[in-house]
Amino acid sequence: MKALSQKRRHPLAAIALLLMGLLVTGGLYAVAGTVNEAQATTTTFSAQDIEEGEKLFVANCATCHGLGAVGAPEGAHGNQAGPSLIGVGAAAVDFQVGTGRMPMQMTGPQAQQKPKQFNEEQTMQLAAYVASLGAGPAIPEEQYLDASEGDPAAGGELFRVNCAMCHNAAAAGGALTRGKYAPALAGVSEKHIYEAMVTGPQNMPVFSDANISPEGKQDIIAFLKTIEEQGSPGGNSLGSLGPVSEGLLIWTAGLGVIIAFTIWLTQRSS
Amino acid sequence: MSASTSSDTYQPKTNLGRVTNFVDTRVGGSSIVKEFGRKIFPDHWSFMFGEVALYTFVILLLSGTFLTLFFDPSMAHTQYDGSYVPLKGVEMSVAYASTLDISFDIRGGLFMRQLHHWSALLFVASVSVHMLRVFFTGAFRRPRELNWLVGCVLLILALAAGFTGYSLPDDLLSGNGLRIIDGVIKAIPLIGTYLSMLIFGGEFPGTAIVGRLYVMHILVVPALILLMIAIHLFMVVIHKHTQYPGPGRTETNVVGFPVGPVYAAKAGGFFFIVFGVVAVIAGNFQILPIWDYGPYDPSPVSAGTQPDWYIGFVDGALRLMPGVLWGFPFEYVIFGGFTLSLNVLLPALVPAGILFGVMFAWPWIERWVTKDTREHHILDRPRNAPFRTATGVAGVIWYCVMWAAASSDLIATHFLVSLNDVTYWLRALFFIGPIIGFIVTRRICLALQRKDREIVLHGRETGRIVRLPHGEFIEVHEPLNDYKLHRLVSFESPEVQPAEPDAKGKISGTEKLRGRLSRFFFEDRVAPVTPAELAAAHSHGGHDEVETAESKAEISSR
Repeated sequence: MKALSQKRRHPLAAIALLLMGLLVTGGLYAVAGTVNEAQATTTTFSAQDIEEGEKLFVANCATCHGLGAVGAPEGAHGNQAGPSLIGVGAAAVDFQVGTGRMPMQMTGPQAQQKPKQFNEEQTMQLAAYVASLGAGPAIPEEQYLDASEGDPAAGGELFRVNCAMCHNAAAAGGALTRGKYAPALAGVSEKHIYEAMVTGPQNMPVFSDANISPEGKQDIIAFLKTIEEQGSPGGNSLGSLGPVSEGLLIWTAGLGVIIAFTIWLTQRSS
Repeated sequence: MSASTSSDTYQPKTNLGRVTNFVDTRVGGSSIVKEFGRKIFPDHWSFMFGEVALYTFVILLLSGTFLTLFFDPSMAHTQYDGSYVPLKGVEMSVAYASTLDISFDIRGGLFMRQLHHWSALLFVASVSVHMLRVFFTGAFRRPRELNWLVGCVLLILALAAGFTGYSLPDDLLSGNGLRIIDGVIKAIPLIGTYLSMLIFGGEFPGTAIVGRLYVMHILVVPALILLMIAIHLFMVVIHKHTQYPGPGRTETNVVGFPVGPVYAAKAGGFFFIVFGVVAVIAGNFQILPIWDYGPYDPSPVSAGTQPDWYIGFVDGALRLMPGVLWGFPFEYVIFGGFTLSLNVLLPALVPAGILFGVMFAWPWIERWVTKDTREHHILDRPRNAPFRTATGVAGVIWYCVMWAAASSDLIATHFLVSLNDVTYWLRALFFIGPIIGFIVTRRICLALQRKDREIVLHGRETGRIVRLPHGEFIEVHEPLNDYKLHRLVSFESPEVQPAEPDAKGKISGTEKLRGRLSRFFFEDRVAPVTPAELAAAHSHGGHDEVETAESKAEISSR
């Protein structure tokens, strides 16, 4: 102990300490990381999860989706408060509840994104319950969610052919009929992007594995994450909305500044 | 040599002087400078938009020349191998690949591309604002009708230059735009399909269109624009510049600064200001990110696909057109199994045709209705020509409704309304918007004229309340000075010219129409204050008393 304290002013002490610290943090992180991973890749739910999920469902979802998730009876104009959830799978629940779209704040053309109302565990329990009602898309495996493994160029082609007509070529979102819309995709997690493709939430069509393979979905995720991280090379992107925002800028700011200069130039110097 | 042949025996002292003298004695430059340097231009901020248009055109030529050094207008296939990762290895045309190279691998290329595109947007915008200024101030009247025509041609050429340039990079957006144009061409009855085949060199998209548009974009259209600009400016010099009404300004003079030295310095400096403003925008704001859209492929269409702003009104008209209206389809098969696509043909050609037709013909329409064939060098204040201002505003509103329709999807997403409702509202506004605009604008103009009359006759309300010795309170009205007075009283107000019989004593149908239009335009008018009225108002010995006497009468009559 004394020998150690004597060497505490050694020139290499600081480096040794730093190394030690890094090793400890790295080791802990590695352990913690594998623990998390192990939890996330669990696709089989325990009976307790299902039981807890049912309780949550009855308390929060059954008003619209009905007891046993069979869906609400049809109303006056063929409208249904909530559809049957039998067979929608765990992925649908994880997407809808995990992005805050469900429980829905109010009825409207489509469910709006809002702050989540359930934590990860509760979401998992709800997913477990709904998955137990009938076979459906499961929560995606971790291996397809790693954007760095995908090919952004191939993903870009898939995106332009399959997604850009609603979500915009730069994934900035777009309008659909009667107040519905395709949201912007910046900031959406890899898992939720994948789940949206396999479950087709709101007005989105389902892109099954026969349509776009899991690797293709991974490429699309890679493309979205690449364009999100790179930003806009040419300066402010003006929302990536296309020529409308460009025209708006030149007519307001551009011409405004020019007019200010013309007024200044023709001012009488008295 | 010059000294011996010419009568001028002037011997310059410096080298520079000798060179200048040599040139001058051969081309007579000094007399041109003397003549042109003394040309007078009136000063007003609204007169400078034509200059902005000219300067942005110069920027377009400069930046465009840079771009031609690196752009390859070929539709041959290639695999991208540049530095933009999300497109690496993607199949594309050489034109698109070279535009990507300009953006990512050529030093300063992206800035020059953005400079070119932003100045194109500003070019068409300044041309439009310049034309609006000319229209609303009546500067197109005799003797400038032909120059108005040249200006209209310049606007169309500017649109042509913009559209051909927009289509060059061969990205998804430009390809979608070309596809719409192709659809419009194919909708022309009988010849449409052949015309489309001729333009695209076969079935759309073919392999020829980018090269063909390139020739139009860098040679034919700019050459025509340059020619028209030369004619335009030549006519400005011949006609001299118009001026706003003011003391000392008549139909036979021009009050302002001579070109040399003040005006030339201002105009020259203004070029650099415009260049600077466009450069700041180009350096800070991204325009047409072709890498987002990807290479052109006829199958995908991206959300948010719109043309550049100046083609927007045509796109908007297409979006507003219903395919079927109350069970009546606008597309049907006519004899011989041909399809007549009125749902494309009508919106693509009719509104633009009406807009440009009225624009071209307006100087003659106005001349015909007012029977005013005199020369006009003094401009109208827009409020003093309510019929013209109202017509112009109606046209602007009509244009803006179509313009807004081109961004109906963005209106829907950004204001959280239904896309269908946006379309229905804009369809309604397409018809009633111009009418409401006409009525409201004319009322506003007449009201402003009445306000002007009031100010001329009674002076400006100072807001200063004075108590008179006998206890009465009055507000002091301040009479205008002569300069301001001149501005408010010196204008012409056309009167109704009823239909008149011709030599045979008959009133022709067109003359009846003219008479009706004249009544429609000029029935409601506010006459300018006459000197007699002014003298009468002032002879009451101060309008304060007039005012108070009036208000007393008003009170007692209640």
